[in-house]
Amino acid sequence: MSTFDNPFDPNRNLRAGCVCGQHQSAAEHEQATALACETVESEEKRYEGVVASAVMRAMFPQDVARRAFLKSVGASTALAALSQFFPLKTATEVFAQTGAPEKKDLKVGFIPITCATPIIMAAPLGFYSKHGLNVEVVKTAGWAVIRDKTINKEYDAAHMLAPMPIAISLGLGANAIPFAVPAIENINGQGIVLATKHKDKRDPKDWKGLKFAIPFDYSMHNYLLRYYLAEHGLDPDTDVQLRSVPPPEMVANLRADNIDGFLAPDNICQRAIYDGVGFMHLLSKEIWDGHPCCSFAASREFITTAPNSFAALTRAIVDATAYASKAENRKQIAEAIAPANYINAPVTVLEQVLTGTYADGLGGVKTDAKRVDFDPFPWQSFAVWMLTQMKRWGQIKGDVDYKAVAEQVYLATDTKKLMTEMGLSPPASAYKSFAVMGKTFDPAKPEDYLASFKIRKAS
Amino acid sequence: MTSSLRLRAGLVSIALLAAFLGIWHLATRSTAPVATMSPEYAKLMGLTATQGKSAMPGPLDVGAKLWEHFKRPFYDNGPNDKGLGIQLAYSIARVGTGYLLAVLVAIPLGFLIGMSPLLSKALDPFIQVLKPISPLAWMPLALYTIKDSSISAIFVIFICSIWPMLLNTVFGVASVRKEWINVARTLEVGTVRRAFTVILPAAAPTILTGMRISIGIAWLVIVAAEMLVGGTGIGYFVWNEWNNLSITNVIIAILLIGVVGMLLDQILARFTRMVTFPE
Repeated sequence: MSTFDNPFDPNRNLRAGCVCGQHQSAAEHEQATALACETVESEEKRYEGVVASAVMRAMFPQDVARRAFLKSVGASTALAALSQFFPLKTATEVFAQTGAPEKKDLKVGFIPITCATPIIMAAPLGFYSKHGLNVEVVKTAGWAVIRDKTINKEYDAAHMLAPMPIAISLGLGANAIPFAVPAIENINGQGIVLATKHKDKRDPKDWKGLKFAIPFDYSMHNYLLRYYLAEHGLDPDTDVQLRSVPPPEMVANLRADNIDGFLAPDNICQRAIYDGVGFMHLLSKEIWDGHPCCSFAASREFITTAPNSFAALTRAIVDATAYASKAENRKQIAEAIAPANYINAPVTVLEQVLTGTYADGLGGVKTDAKRVDFDPFPWQSFAVWMLTQMKRWGQIKGDVDYKAVAEQVYLATDTKKLMTEMGLSPPASAYKSFAVMGKTFDPAKPEDYLASFKIRKAS
Repeated sequence: MTSSLRLRAGLVSIALLAAFLGIWHLATRSTAPVATMSPEYAKLMGLTATQGKSAMPGPLDVGAKLWEHFKRPFYDNGPNDKGLGIQLAYSIARVGTGYLLAVLVAIPLGFLIGMSPLLSKALDPFIQVLKPISPLAWMPLALYTIKDSSISAIFVIFICSIWPMLLNTVFGVASVRKEWINVARTLEVGTVRRAFTVILPAAAPTILTGMRISIGIAWLVIVAAEMLVGGTGIGYFVWNEWNNLSITNVIIAILLIGVVGMLLDQILARFTRMVTFPE
């Protein structure tokens, strides 16, 4: 999914708001994405693009006329002609100016996994400084610690599992403190890894009695693994054992035979394969293609006391995410985030995760360019889905106002505004329907969706 | 006679070390390649999987890595990657602060409690309950209430190292020989003077023993606490290298933790010898 738009592409319709709705076919969309990736390489260019597209729109109210014009003279001629009588550069500069950040020196916590790629890489690759911030990214020992340190204001913002800000805002496993998510870190990028001795047990129906590790109770990993098991007829609460284990300990535990497998964030999955203790059973992408995993979160208090810092931070993250979404940058990113100061993992492992060409642990090399992907838009329908699963597994008891919570925590409106300002093209709606293991989820009917599951915790 | 004993003990120590290193080396040697795999696949895999290299590093690996660390102990590659010297300095500073606070509280308090048999009986159950609590059990509570991770780490060291000192001070003060106190009393020595000139010197060896036990505990606690709060310190270093499954660096850290712990203990042992008196 592209977050870029090129106004000088004669094949594109500038008026349609929706990213995916504007192409006749998926192939055309892919093509447009590839094209946009080639043409937009810097933020200035993108700002220019936004301004230029506004001017073009004003000049050619009829989209057909604009396309015809571009087709006849070519994009570069059109741009040259346009800049002659309209000071595009000045307009762009004016447009890019925003309020000065209230607080420049910020601390952002992260967990050393590839999900945090945009947060981490923004430091060595200079995305924070580009947006006028001096950010120290601090490695943190675990999800509970990152939660407590963010609540304690030791961190201004942090890398959290996508359901965590919802859980914190609702007061699950902590005092209720309003948190917000301006950007999703990554989509996909997780996997189910089993110990090598289980290489003939590929059917989940045979998994009764096995022990699995998940990183945290309020994690997409927990919900996806439970969903996957339940779809195969296993009750995750009674038929298998699920344990909360910090990711780095997972590989050691798998080697020591304490667990049979895990659904974990990447570089941990690939690390288990790299060290020859497990194999990739399934990429999380195969459960739900495009699922969110980790989020970039901050407390409401930080957002209200330092709105400009927060906006600059979000801009840096969105910018970094856009950069990371391009396949050709992935190798460079892997090298930038591998040192001990950041993820602290072998470059080979990170490269396999980020480029999607990886050893599967069974002697084969597989390729899946979308193994992990980056898309910052905080779909509120994601939050609604997580709430249904929290309720399904008994983490939330009683009624919940899905929409209200989703809209309070996932800042789709603000991010949309910001992305538009940055020259990216966010989707028009904050809700979208998607399919998890072939079953469609309609964000408008969460209760019906919840009721449709046979296996769930009796409430 | 004693010098020959010392010499022989030294020789036995060296022999033991050599035997240990030899067995370690043999146990972690690479075995033959486990499986044949396509070169393309092998390129994506680690040495453990491709060459059957033991997951446990041998003494030579550790030695080489240790030398690397010794060559540049104070490098600083940003907030999450600092040299071992800096990490150790952070840890020692934390331990020092927490421990000194504990000394400042435990010794005066223990003195008062020890001088009153009633108080020492009344407070005993509380101390006995609080004493065996693990540092990691305090950590979430500390983080939650203090709301600052570095102060929490210091608090945990404080709370864990206070009890042996307190108990030993109480015991030392309470068991000063009755005759000495009676002599002081017949000479009409005032309470304050009696405390400082009679009880304190008499109880000092016991108090110092308590302090020596405490510094050991404080050093044990720091590693666990830093693994949790992260950021800096030798405990964080262990955690960070474990994250990377770098057992070599973990072994180096273990070695250094042992050496520093021993040095701290030796310092206190020297102080203890200074205040010990023959009876």
